[in-house]
Amino acid sequence: MNTIYILWLRQLKRYFRSKSRIFASLAQPLLFLFAFGYGFSSIFARAGGGNYINFLAPGIISMSVMFTAVFSGIEIIWDKQFGFLKETLVAPVSRFNIMLGRTIGGSTVAFIQGLIVLLITLLVGFRPSLSLLFFALVFMFLLALFFTALGTAIASKLDDMQGFPLIMNFLVMPLFFLSGALFPVAGLPKIFSYIVKLNPLTYAVDGIRGTMNGMHAFSLTLDFFVVVIVAVVCIWIGSLLFRSIEA
Amino acid sequence: MKIIDVKGVSKKFGNFEAVKNISFAVEQGTIFAFLGPNGAGKTTTIKMLTTLLHPTDGSISLNGFDPVHHPEQARHSFGIVFQDPSLDTELTAYENMEFHAVLYGVKSDVYKPRIQELMELVDLWDRKDSLVKDFSGGMKRRLEIARGLLHHPKVLFLDEPTLGLDPQTRNHIWGYIQNLNKKEGLTVFFTTHYMDEADRVANTVSIIDHGKIISSGSPEELKQKTNTKSLEEAFLALTGNEVRHEEASSKDSMRQARRMWQGGNRR
Ligand SMILES: Nc1ncnc2c1ncn2[C@@H]1O[C@H](COP(=O)(O)OP(=O)(O)OP(=O)(O)O)[C@@H](O)[C@H]1O
Ligand SMILES: [Mg+2]
Repeated sequence: MNTIYILWLRQLKRYFRSKSRIFASLAQPLLFLFAFGYGFSSIFARAGGGNYINFLAPGIISMSVMFTAVFSGIEIIWDKQFGFLKETLVAPVSRFNIMLGRTIGGSTVAFIQGLIVLLITLLVGFRPSLSLLFFALVFMFLLALFFTALGTAIASKLDDMQGFPLIMNFLVMPLFFLSGALFPVAGLPKIFSYIVKLNPLTYAVDGIRGTMNGMHAFSLTLDFFVVVIVAVVCIWIGSLLFRSIEA
Repeated sequence: MKIIDVKGVSKKFGNFEAVKNISFAVEQGTIFAFLGPNGAGKTTTIKMLTTLLHPTDGSISLNGFDPVHHPEQARHSFGIVFQDPSLDTELTAYENMEFHAVLYGVKSDVYKPRIQELMELVDLWDRKDSLVKDFSGGMKRRLEIARGLLHHPKVLFLDEPTLGLDPQTRNHIWGYIQNLNKKEGLTVFFTTHYMDEADRVANTVSIIDHGKIISSGSPEELKQKTNTKSLEEAFLALTGNEVRHEEASSKDSMRQARRMWQGGNRR
């Protein structure tokens, strides 16, 4: 228990100490918010979709949670390169607990980043319903767990950051664009909609959006179970890969 | 009692065999020096003993546990100071110490005074709240040693612990370690390129070259065997005078690059 706590604390300290990283990782969601928000809102309204900001904001929040989470997981590569990982790998603590502590720490960081973006969307006119806000936060945290664990799993197999752009361009970006974060899932062409429905991120976004403003394509229960299962599977795979690291 | 028992261990990296069928044992409560030229296989052996690498062949027993099949029990038995950097530079010196203490299950009423004692030993107590990234190479090294002494394990591995440290600090640290060895029966397994250091503190020495152990015994025995006056002469007599050009792997060149970047004075 103490081990998990100290690993969690370490992630938070590192996060709050690198102010530049906090600002840098806000840039992308802001860009998307303004580019898409102002660019598409009239088309969206004309097409009968209603207020685009209300639709888009949960998608942008999901995006920042997801990207920060992947990055927190991938951070293990830095620890490998700077040598700190060895210090944790030889400690008399199960590797599962180490992986769990890191993952919860990274998820907390991603969650906080999501909260900051949520506050910003409020400033530009997003009005979420408050009744289910608690569940929205739960969905955000589950999403964070899912992607931190995924990042950890990938990073366990990599020795340096050279593979990072590959992962961003061929895994994280496609998952994001095919998740319904930017456009409604209903009314997509058939093939496209199958892909979107196979993407676990879709359900996380749907859950966050549904609990924030009632616009959801699936039942919230389905969203919840898909996200929980995927998060657990990622943590499980991540811990297996983490256990096999040699330094 | 043999607290470390290595039998017929080999380690291959691809086609390259870094450690070739070595066997040796370390008696509990002794100070053991593992000496050898650059690239001989010392660090690789330590990594196998400490669960970080799996041997390609052979068997290891550490405090009665096999690091491959029972890594967690094995990890409960030792502490280690790595040759390569292993601090979190984004944390303060004190935070690095505290992180280690919690990770190793040391209780706070034990670790609080001990952290102070050790940080005073290595002369870093007044810098305890500085971020490690602002430390010099020697200061980082001192912190790593202090951290390695924080929990009192059965076996302590020290991989070139004193490299780049001034003689005063080295004497302090060795005094402290020898005291632990006497008082708590701590077994010490260390490597060094300072032969006088090994001569002074080690009960037993093994010399490894090109992945093979070529000689073992007390410093006195090695001197007698080679008919020399100092351990350094004995070492040179046994390993020859040629300079080792390491087959630098990508990892090695990365290490080198990082050392240059960090401006540390570690080789
Ligand atoms: N991960 C690795 N992949 C490939 N080769 C490696 C790896 N680690 C070590 N080696 C090689 O194994 C050999 C032994 O390396 P090792 O680090 O054990 O030497 P050492 O005795 O500790 O030397 P030094 O005194 O320089 O620290 C070297 O030739 C090194 O290049
Ligand atoms: Mg070495």
